[in-house]
Amino acid sequence: MQKEQGMEDLTIAVTGLNAIDSPGPGMAVIRSLREGLPGRIRIIGLSYESLEPGAYLHDWVDKTYQVPYPAAGTKVLLDRIAHIHDRERLQLIIPNFDAELPNFIRIAPSLEVMGIATFLPTKEQFDAREKERLRAFGEEHGLDVPDERAIHRVEGLSECAGAFGYPMVVKGRYYEAIIAHTGEQAAKAFYQLSAKWGLPVIVQRFIRGTEINIALLGDGEGNAVSIIPMRKLYITDKGKAWAGVTLEDDALTELATRFVASTRWKGGCELEIMRSDDGRLHIMEVNPRFPAWIYLSAAAGQNQPALLARMALGEKVTPCTGYQAGKMFIRYAWDHVTDVGEFQRLSGLGEL
Amino acid sequence: MQLKRNIATSEDGFLFNPSTGDSYAANPMATVILRMLKEGRPLAAIRQKVLEEYEVEGDRLDRDLADFERQLKEAGLLQA
Repeated sequence: MQKEQGMEDLTIAVTGLNAIDSPGPGMAVIRSLREGLPGRIRIIGLSYESLEPGAYLHDWVDKTYQVPYPAAGTKVLLDRIAHIHDRERLQLIIPNFDAELPNFIRIAPSLEVMGIATFLPTKEQFDAREKERLRAFGEEHGLDVPDERAIHRVEGLSECAGAFGYPMVVKGRYYEAIIAHTGEQAAKAFYQLSAKWGLPVIVQRFIRGTEINIALLGDGEGNAVSIIPMRKLYITDKGKAWAGVTLEDDALTELATRFVASTRWKGGCELEIMRSDDGRLHIMEVNPRFPAWIYLSAAAGQNQPALLARMALGEKVTPCTGYQAGKMFIRYAWDHVTDVGEFQRLSGLGEL
Repeated sequence: MQLKRNIATSEDGFLFNPSTGDSYAANPMATVILRMLKEGRPLAAIRQKVLEEYEVEGDRLDRDLADFERQLKEAGLLQA
């Protein structure tokens, strides 16, 4: 991307502005884009709720529009984006929520016709790594995924307990995981997670070890453009990294490279890894978008969101080599103060 | 006794293992020994240097060095 080619005034729409205790990746993506792309960047926030903090952070987000919830379907989403595009002339959209991705993947060809670029995994890639299919996905690609079962009835827990023993991990279909040490705890987790995220509930063998996440960017042709592993140093009660440090380990890089080569992954992605005491690397989850800690990739020397933007806009990007191990992030909470009028405008008019 | 090549050490005696993300703090004497290890000095030369510069008996130093080596090994910081 060259300034003289007139691409300095980029307008990029980003979702995931919920910089809360279980944060969406949007603000970290925006920070990376502003730091890693040349020229003037106009950021359009796309929010689902009126209290997503990023909508109020005007130094980072120039303008925010509310968009319909994913359950509303693709037509209303496309209509809303067409309206926003009329006013903002979007060049790129970077969606950051698992739940919205299927809709964005479906409308990507229409967006392209409108002149809006995306850089997303295919529907097949997205579906294949879903939690209830992860074990089969691992077997297909030669990746170590802990044994798991998808269950639709609470009675299914006893069979899982027989196979895995306690503790075992009870996971919601889309989000959240609870470690259950007894049958009673497992049943409580089943009801809690099925009520919140629907069925099936996934039960996974518990692996004791060190939690490591890998942020990566695939070019869709089997090449990993960037791989940054991070060890969680502080984990919140929701299982989110509140502090972490970049690692340099050939086994982690090799695993991520193999993942991208065998899946031909396109776009940002996070591998959740557990390194068990015997040194084996188990893939616990594959998140089909950048993680909330993605700014650490930029800080360590490989700005994955900026690289994604470059590729989405047609630039050929060479895979990165080298980054700084031992680069650390510590998240913090900060009370942003604004006027209630801002909240009213976003809630009432759908834009801010 | 050889530290793994990728182990980062600081003047203050902190060690960072970039493969695991583990950090360690060494006491002042261990920091001196770590510095010499990073310089690639053999254990015998380190032992001799410590004996020359510090008031410590050979037997005691040998025990402490063996214990230090065991700790580094357990932490996975030494070359195989």
